[in-house]
Amino acid sequence: MTSPPPPMSLLAELTHRCPLQCPYCSNPLMLDPRTQELGTAEWQRVLDEAAQMGVLQVHFSGGEPMARPDLPELVRHAAKAGLYSNLITSGVLIRPDSLRALADAGLDHIQLSFQDVEAASADRIANMAGAHAKKLEAARLVAAEGLPLTLNFVIHRQNAQRVPAMLELAEQLGARRVEIAHTQYYGWGLLNRDALLPDRAQIEATTQAVQAARTRLAGRMSIDFVTPDYYEDRPKPCMGGWGQRFLNITPTGKVLPCHAAETIPNIVFPSVREASLADIWDHAPIFTLFRGTEWMPEPCKSCAFKEEDWGGCRCQALALAGQANAADPVCHKAPDHNAVVQAIAQRPQTPPPFRYRRFGNA
Amino acid sequence: MTQATGQTVTESTVPRFARGTRLQYDRVREVWFVQAPERAFHADPIAAEILQLVDGSRTLGAIIDQLALKFDAPRAVIAQDVLAMVADLTDKQVLLHA
Ligand code: SF4
Ligand code: SF4
Repeated sequence: MTSPPPPMSLLAELTHRCPLQCPYCSNPLMLDPRTQELGTAEWQRVLDEAAQMGVLQVHFSGGEPMARPDLPELVRHAAKAGLYSNLITSGVLIRPDSLRALADAGLDHIQLSFQDVEAASADRIANMAGAHAKKLEAARLVAAEGLPLTLNFVIHRQNAQRVPAMLELAEQLGARRVEIAHTQYYGWGLLNRDALLPDRAQIEATTQAVQAARTRLAGRMSIDFVTPDYYEDRPKPCMGGWGQRFLNITPTGKVLPCHAAETIPNIVFPSVREASLADIWDHAPIFTLFRGTEWMPEPCKSCAFKEEDWGGCRCQALALAGQANAADPVCHKAPDHNAVVQAIAQRPQTPPPFRYRRFGNA
Repeated sequence: MTQATGQTVTESTVPRFARGTRLQYDRVREVWFVQAPERAFHADPIAAEILQLVDGSRTLGAIIDQLALKFDAPRAVIAQDVLAMVADLTDKQVLLHA
């Protein structure tokens, strides 16, 4: 096998600790404990290795990455290595001094997530009183500092009707980019699917709201829109292809092709504590397993779209079809498509209570 | 969509990179990239030549002069490429006009 192209971007999950408990969190159900987190020197070595391999952008994420006191040090190290640095944060730990330290360290961009535009609903979704007010204050501080800001609104059946107000808030707060992203259904999101999955009418309404705002805000603010693929004919492409562009490193140093890959059974997850990043990228089974199109079963193998969506999401195939190497059940041609049809059909009229993301709650 | 920024791109325009965007040479792939929020996009050789001259003080006129000299090409052809590319990157919020 020829060696793969070098990765473009690295998602560095610095910690799973977080003051919020969003029921759709992309972290795994088994959260990494603080005592096993990589140390500062280990992350610095990883950042150097990533830059040498050809990674261009590092996304510092979590949990809440600002829970790590060494974050400014890591940002400074990334800048020195020539990496573009992005902070993915809930914003609740942003204060004038903590923000200043990050800006001085050379942080390039901040992505701030919101749970809703109504404070009471937002705080209920995050299960943290006062979170929304803190985020509004954080956005103001970021704008005053002049750092480029993307606002990220995660939407689902309980807040999707407020997309127009979300876009207005983003405009008021001076964001250059907004992401309106429907929740995905792996891990915590799958556990809470009945409480999150919108109906078809909601999807249509949000699509229209986004389109109207795109026209109105052209040239001033760009809007990324992610729909839930349960209502599509074909699955979403897996991150430009499994093991093609993207690396994820967990708080304890496991290296994954995507943030949900830890669900895949019977495989050893390589660690930066035991091997170099380049060696893992080129040779570790978790990367080579689904790289390219060789591994594909029918109907993907003979499908015209196989290099467009790469057979969809491996983690979704595992969650819904019980096998990571099946066609993504979202696809209308997939043998297990009925799993998606059933999930939609059995969605209860009233959303059940959330199962919040916290240690030991899965 | 230049009307959205209220500015048209002319030879007296002085472009600069918006904060959070920059031009970067990728030693591994041996190509230039524009680094921007949440994405890095490949700058083709012509774009890279232009963007290397964007420093927040040169006018587009001066950039066009320099490129015409360097490539020994008709100035009008270069001017057309430069103005179109800068207008496009302004729409994409990569460049601002000082
Ligand atoms: S059959 Fe496979 S490759 Fe074709 S559209 Fe469906 S998931 Fe994608
Ligand atoms: S396998 Fe699924 S969750 Fe993982 S990167 Fe691909 S699409 Fe995303």
